[in-house]
Amino acid sequence: MAQMNMIQALNSAMDIMLERDPAVVIMGEDVGFFGGVFRCTDGLQRKYGEHRVIDAPIAEGGIIAASIGMGVNGLRPVAEIQFADYIYPGFDQIVSELARLRYRSAGEFFAPVTIRTPCGGGIRGGQTHSQSPEGIFTHVSGLRVVMPSNPYDAKGLLISSIESDDPVIFFEPKRIYNGPFDGDPDKPAIPWSTHAKGEVPAGHFTVPLGVAEIVETGSDMTVITYGTMVHVSQAAAKLAGVDAEIIDVRSLAPLDTETLVNSVKKTGRCVIVHEATRFGGFGAELSATVQEECFWYLEAPIERVAGWDTPYPHAFEWEYFPGQKRVAAALTKVMEAK
Amino acid sequence: MSQGSRLHIPHPPARPGEQPDFSYLKTSPAGAVARPDINAQAHDIEYLSQELVRVLDDDHQATGPWDPHLDPQELQIALRHMLLTRIFDARMQRNQRQGKITFYMQSTGEEAVSVAQGMALRPSDMCFPSYRNQGLYVVRGRNIVDLMCQCLSNTRDMCKGRQLPVMYHWADGNIFSISGNLGTQFPQAVGWAMASAIKGEDRVAVSWIGDGTTAEADFHYAITFASVYRAPVILNVVNNQWAISTFQGFAGGEKSPFAARGPGVGIPGIRVDGNDFLAVYGATQWAAERARKGFGATLIEHVTYRQSAHSTSDDPSRYRPKDEAAAWPLGDPIERLKGYLIANGEWSEERHEALTAELEEHVQAAWKEATSYGTLTEGPWLDNDLMFEDVLQELPPHLEKQRAELRALEE
Repeated sequence: MAQMNMIQALNSAMDIMLERDPAVVIMGEDVGFFGGVFRCTDGLQRKYGEHRVIDAPIAEGGIIAASIGMGVNGLRPVAEIQFADYIYPGFDQIVSELARLRYRSAGEFFAPVTIRTPCGGGIRGGQTHSQSPEGIFTHVSGLRVVMPSNPYDAKGLLISSIESDDPVIFFEPKRIYNGPFDGDPDKPAIPWSTHAKGEVPAGHFTVPLGVAEIVETGSDMTVITYGTMVHVSQAAAKLAGVDAEIIDVRSLAPLDTETLVNSVKKTGRCVIVHEATRFGGFGAELSATVQEECFWYLEAPIERVAGWDTPYPHAFEWEYFPGQKRVAAALTKVMEAK
Repeated sequence: MSQGSRLHIPHPPARPGEQPDFSYLKTSPAGAVARPDINAQAHDIEYLSQELVRVLDDDHQATGPWDPHLDPQELQIALRHMLLTRIFDARMQRNQRQGKITFYMQSTGEEAVSVAQGMALRPSDMCFPSYRNQGLYVVRGRNIVDLMCQCLSNTRDMCKGRQLPVMYHWADGNIFSISGNLGTQFPQAVGWAMASAIKGEDRVAVSWIGDGTTAEADFHYAITFASVYRAPVILNVVNNQWAISTFQGFAGGEKSPFAARGPGVGIPGIRVDGNDFLAVYGATQWAAERARKGFGATLIEHVTYRQSAHSTSDDPSRYRPKDEAAAWPLGDPIERLKGYLIANGEWSEERHEALTAELEEHVQAAWKEATSYGTLTEGPWLDNDLMFEDVLQELPPHLEKQRAELRALEE
């Protein structure tokens, strides 16, 4: 085992896959010589050469399209979109092409592309560097959508994603690249070395796609969350003084419904927490699923905590971000319901 | 005196009821355009994007440096492929009108593009076609029954009922799946070509879009990536003058030829007479050799005319003169190759008629066979379970559940 932050864990996953499989290539803006604006591909071009770790023009649609073409021609591309906020020029290539290629060609063609992209707020990035667009992609048939919440999962899930023949949109919550964040911006930052999941095997291992993890067992309620909000929810449960069962969804699509449903059937209460905006967000799907599967077990209405339905505002970051207080209030509310 | 800014709204030279007018079309005499070495720098051969590469002249003779000097037997095969494509198209158009299929798109008048290019390429080269490249399937020998079954969405449909008619694919024939969204295949072809170079192979990727689609970002991604990485790819713009109802001026064709977009990013652009089989073949040979030898991409603009409607869903008499096709200065690709062969004693009207009759019979028999595997209105039907497959590699739990839900309703 080694101590890794999330950046190092992702770097390690790509390093291992480049080493093991000559078909793996990396492509994106600034990923090569410079090693990525967040350093996730640091040193990989030096090690594997310019034909395997490829600096790309500023053209997200082109990066994804070229990755699809490479994937069709036997490579296994890992594309980096520098910020999830920049993914939209590639949206048509993802939705109309990458996601449907296997389906429309009845399995004759597919492109095993993984698209890595940093997402989420809490870094004073304003509305063009803070978005959480996962719900836009979970709505698309034919994609796997993944978001890790710690270095161990980041590495294991990224290796699984690269090895998968399905296209994967791999969201990386950038606020927790360097350490877990409990939602309190006034506290000093802490590194991943303080967290159990900062211990990561140095070699090859996988975390399976499509499987959620129960991060904390509890009996009062189930908190369904993912990404940065896993840590915020843990802190909020302490603040509210509740015994919450906290589930890290990890794979948003396809979703591990069974783990969520079994937990809510046990606890009878459910709070859903994500950073993304609320209306039509992924939490709505989670809430509907829980309602359909667990209605007769519920002792309180399901609560959702999410970003307000506004663009991500620069100056109001901590009023916008669903921090500990907002989550704790929801936890208290579901406990008070009779 | 300046009147200030005023928008220029492009207008085609003629609308319904008006005289067709192709005076805007700049042509060059057959044989007049020089053929540079395949390793020429894009900026040294910019004339190729402004002139018009032609081989067949008005007297049915082949002339100049772009003549590929093909055997008559090969040209007879080419004529057969083009004629089969046209007869197939006409039959499928009728089938749509009779309600046998939901939709169709003909390539009438543009057959030389797919057939000449398909023949000039190696079978191992990878094609990323548009929806008007059915000639590629003919050249590469796909049974037309398979194409018909796709259009019928029947039990032998290669797409398992998931795609509109004409959105074929053929992995073994190295022809990529047709999307239906315009232009997306263009930068994908460049990525495929990049992979070919990364793997050290000499296979070339080839893609096609129309003039209208050059306005899409995908066109610009493609030419930029092709130039930046010197990818072994041939990027074709089939300028058939019309994008449904808007003429090529709406994609910027009035100001500068589409081929000239190539030199703008540092790749050669060749403007070629798209109705001249020999010129298309010659230009493709040049571009393929250039790509294969490591000198990179070429943009080819095929100047042609869309004789038919855009698809079975539009009526061209609503937006252009009915007799415009007959006035097209570059003629018809089948007539021109036929005229060349006849003038050289390698073909005759009688043989042409006989071939036409033979191919019509062939298409008729193929249709009969195809419909025996089911039509939209008569069985046998595709299994509904197929709807849920191939979304992901394995059937995920939620789709398994939805499949069970549908099955239960059917019981």
